Amino acid sequence: MSASNLQITGLSKRYGDFVALAPTDLDVAKGEFLTLLGPSGSGKTTLLSLIAGLAQPDAGQIHINGVDVTWGAPYERDIGMVFQNYALFPHMTVAQNIAFPLQMRKTDAKAARDKVMQALEMVHLPHVADRYPRELSGGQQQRIALARCMVYRPSIILMDEPLGALDKKLRDHMQLEIKRIHRDLGTTIVYVTHDQEEAMTMSDRICLMNAGAIAQLGTPADLYFRPKSVFVADFLGESNLLDAVVTGRTGDQVQISLQGIEQGRAMVYDPVIADGKPVKLMLRPQNLKVHEDAGGRSDGGGTLSAKLTDIMVTGSMTRLYLQPHKSDAAPLVAAFPTNRLGSQYEVGQTLGLSWLAADAVAIAD
Amino acid sequence: MNHSALTAQPPHPAPATTPSARRQRWRAWLRPGAKGAPLVVLLLVMLVYPVGQLLLLSVHNGNGFTLIEYKRLFASPVYVDVLLITLKVSLWTTFFSVLTGYPIAYLISSLTRERKNRLLFWVLLSFWTSFLVRTFAWVVLLGRNGVINKILLGLGIIDQPLSLLYNFSSVIVGMVHALMPLAVLTMLSVMENIDRRLPSAAATLGARPGTVFWKVYFPLSLPGVAAGALMVFVTAIGFFITPTLLGGRHQTMITQLIIDQVMQALNWGFAGAISVLLLAVVLVVFLVYDRLVGLSTMTGGSSTARKPGRSGQLSRQLGDAVLTCLGAVTDALISLLPRRRKRAAGNGESLVLRAVVILLLVFLSAPAFLMIPLSFDAGSGLAWPPHGFSLQWYQQIVDSPLWMQALTRSMLVGIGTGILSMLIGTPAAFLLVRGGMRGKAAMLAFVLAPIVVPRMIIAVGVFYFFAKIGLVGSSLGLVLAHTTVAVPYVVITMMAVLRNYDTRLDQAAHSMGARPWATLRRVTFPILGAGLMSSFLFAFATSFDELTIALFTSGGVSTTLPKQFWDEITMQISPVIAAVSTCLFVFIAALIWVADRLRRRSLAS
Repeated sequence: MSASNLQITGLSKRYGDFVALAPTDLDVAKGEFLTLLGPSGSGKTTLLSLIAGLAQPDAGQIHINGVDVTWGAPYERDIGMVFQNYALFPHMTVAQNIAFPLQMRKTDAKAARDKVMQALEMVHLPHVADRYPRELSGGQQQRIALARCMVYRPSIILMDEPLGALDKKLRDHMQLEIKRIHRDLGTTIVYVTHDQEEAMTMSDRICLMNAGAIAQLGTPADLYFRPKSVFVADFLGESNLLDAVVTGRTGDQVQISLQGIEQGRAMVYDPVIADGKPVKLMLRPQNLKVHEDAGGRSDGGGTLSAKLTDIMVTGSMTRLYLQPHKSDAAPLVAAFPTNRLGSQYEVGQTLGLSWLAADAVAIAD
Repeated sequence: MNHSALTAQPPHPAPATTPSARRQRWRAWLRPGAKGAPLVVLLLVMLVYPVGQLLLLSVHNGNGFTLIEYKRLFASPVYVDVLLITLKVSLWTTFFSVLTGYPIAYLISSLTRERKNRLLFWVLLSFWTSFLVRTFAWVVLLGRNGVINKILLGLGIIDQPLSLLYNFSSVIVGMVHALMPLAVLTMLSVMENIDRRLPSAAATLGARPGTVFWKVYFPLSLPGVAAGALMVFVTAIGFFITPTLLGGRHQTMITQLIIDQVMQALNWGFAGAISVLLLAVVLVVFLVYDRLVGLSTMTGGSSTARKPGRSGQLSRQLGDAVLTCLGAVTDALISLLPRRRKRAAGNGESLVLRAVVILLLVFLSAPAFLMIPLSFDAGSGLAWPPHGFSLQWYQQIVDSPLWMQALTRSMLVGIGTGILSMLIGTPAAFLLVRGGMRGKAAMLAFVLAPIVVPRMIIAVGVFYFFAKIGLVGSSLGLVLAHTTVAVPYVVITMMAVLRNYDTRLDQAAHSMGARPWATLRRVTFPILGAGLMSSFLFAFATSFDELTIALFTSGGVSTTLPKQFWDEITMQISPVIAAVSTCLFVFIAALIWVADRLRRRSLAS
């Protein structure tokens, strides 16, 4: 793979008995935006520290541009890193902060000055060059941290929850900013976050991690529409997961028996799923159609009747909480764009639910 | 916008001066007053008045104003020499204390909590072990028949004993040993606040370990170095124990001069003039420090490094160039070290660092530990190596009414000082942290004055004051004087504790109907308990170890333990002293252990 920029093979790390990272393989292509996503303690920060050289692995190799850097010091790796709280040097001005990596690379003073100004213009902050980091707002500090990283054009930029400390509005803005800079420079970016929405909007590929291992690696659409495990279905976006049993498989569709009562059809992407297998049926709340009549019409996927237990208008979306008639079944959520009709439903009423076969996914339990 | 709705609003009720409103306003004034007043009164009576009186004596004799004492001071080369020696000793002490303290503080600040506490224990043990005990240990180590000479003779390295005592280097060794823990603890408070990710960030940006240290870590630790140097310098300049015991005639320091004038010459005016000189030097040092670094770093605040002016630009560039060079040199040195696979660069240097720190800690702790075998000596004098085992010296202490009375006295005065300091200092700390009053900085500076003003000046001033009102030799007088010097530590400790206290817990209690006193009793104090206890211990230990004030104001049969110790070692060097030292050493170790327990409990809650 000549286009591969970062290559990780069998990399693992333990802290005492705790497995921070199980043996892991990962390839990141040149210019790719890869996000390491997962709950806290899933190993994403460990993986990032290993790539940066801030921690040493127990086994495995890391190649950057084909060079083995597994045991190399951080300063030998041609990487850049944006830290969670920016880690700007408080005793240096903004310009000195950005010039620091250039000085480490013995760039001559004149060229360094030009590059610093270019970097500041790239993040739209040329006027703060002589200020100290503490005189800047959080968003500005974030952009300076980016500029300090971009200025020396490392072949990989690592970002450790860089937007974690910003408020929602600023975070949305900075996401766009980072995407723009990524597009302009074409640098490879490995980005760590626990925010699934951020991962969905920014990444070319998402590497979803759980308990020190990769749960699924793929494009945001892959992970959202074709989750390979219950963990992925549950972590990325909201989903209803219903117990079901496979009664027949044809290609990438299966016949299922839902909780022994209803029949239905669903998509299947896992080759091991076959007749008689217990599965989880994944239904996204917005893909459930709600009908006043409990019998309901089938859209080809399946139908279900349930009692309405709660209605919640969250602004643009209305959410219905429903209890299927089988008493021990998990409660369901259905969501649709808020409209006048939604307000006509009454708590306690029995409603029909239906879905398209294309929107339902059977996942190995 | 609906104008009619706006105008229809009823007018604000006029701020009527109803009786209840007036009472409210009175209360708003009274509360902070009641919290701060005891401390202010104590400092006015026990610090400002006596010291002012002493300074006045230097320019005012029975006949009116005169500068004769100052003329005398500068006319004789003897006194100018003493001043120069004092400065020289203090500067060298400061330099070596900071130089040797830096690696210790650096290593401690980089360790995980468990290992940090283990190293910190040794520093704290030295810090709290009496200067008297530690200086006495050096007398035993360096003496003609001392440990070092005996060992060197035994090994056949020398034929006759070297004279290691009573010269400039023995004073410096003793002073550095005495003050290095202070330097470590002061620098540590700044280093602990340095973001540990900054060196990592520098490494990812391409800096090698040496460059990381000199260009990122070192500049950030400079406020700590400055604060440590300041603390060591102002303490050293007022020191008399070490130069008296370890120095010769040529190492006489300015405070010894003051003692002579008061105790032998009874010349208050001249003592006052020397005090003015000493105070002036200290104030100048503080002013310079404030201009360069800012005093806020002293109480743990971050440095307020101002933007350099044009004049600062050049020195800045020069400093930067020096640091760049140092970084490059260090990196070159590190690259010479064999580098092991599987280890990040930096572990090699940290091995060297660890070895250096362990050696320094041995230097700090070993002298005091030496007292233990000596105190159980079965022989007849302080001899190395000790022979046999006996408790005869301990028996002598117990049998001596002097030692036992001194012990009782020190305990009583210590506990009294602890309680009084808490009662006066805690409300003041509440006021300084919680109260939104103006002049907070001025108030804090005033509260810290007993630390800034050299102890010797306070001691002489208080002595003069007590002599006039007949408090010399009384326990009450000692408690008052000790409270004056202990209370700043209580205020600082309690301020730190209160800053970490979540005031929303109080608000929660109020919201559930608890009145202020009930909130204090049921919520605030139980949580602050450990902090209160440790600041009590701080005050107790300050008093228990206090010699300067006791030197003048505890006379005759009613001496304190440090005074008794001092009287004893200035007359003769006996193993009894080693036994007393061992007792003090064990007592201090136990106190630190208790304080550490308390701190952990407060962390756990």
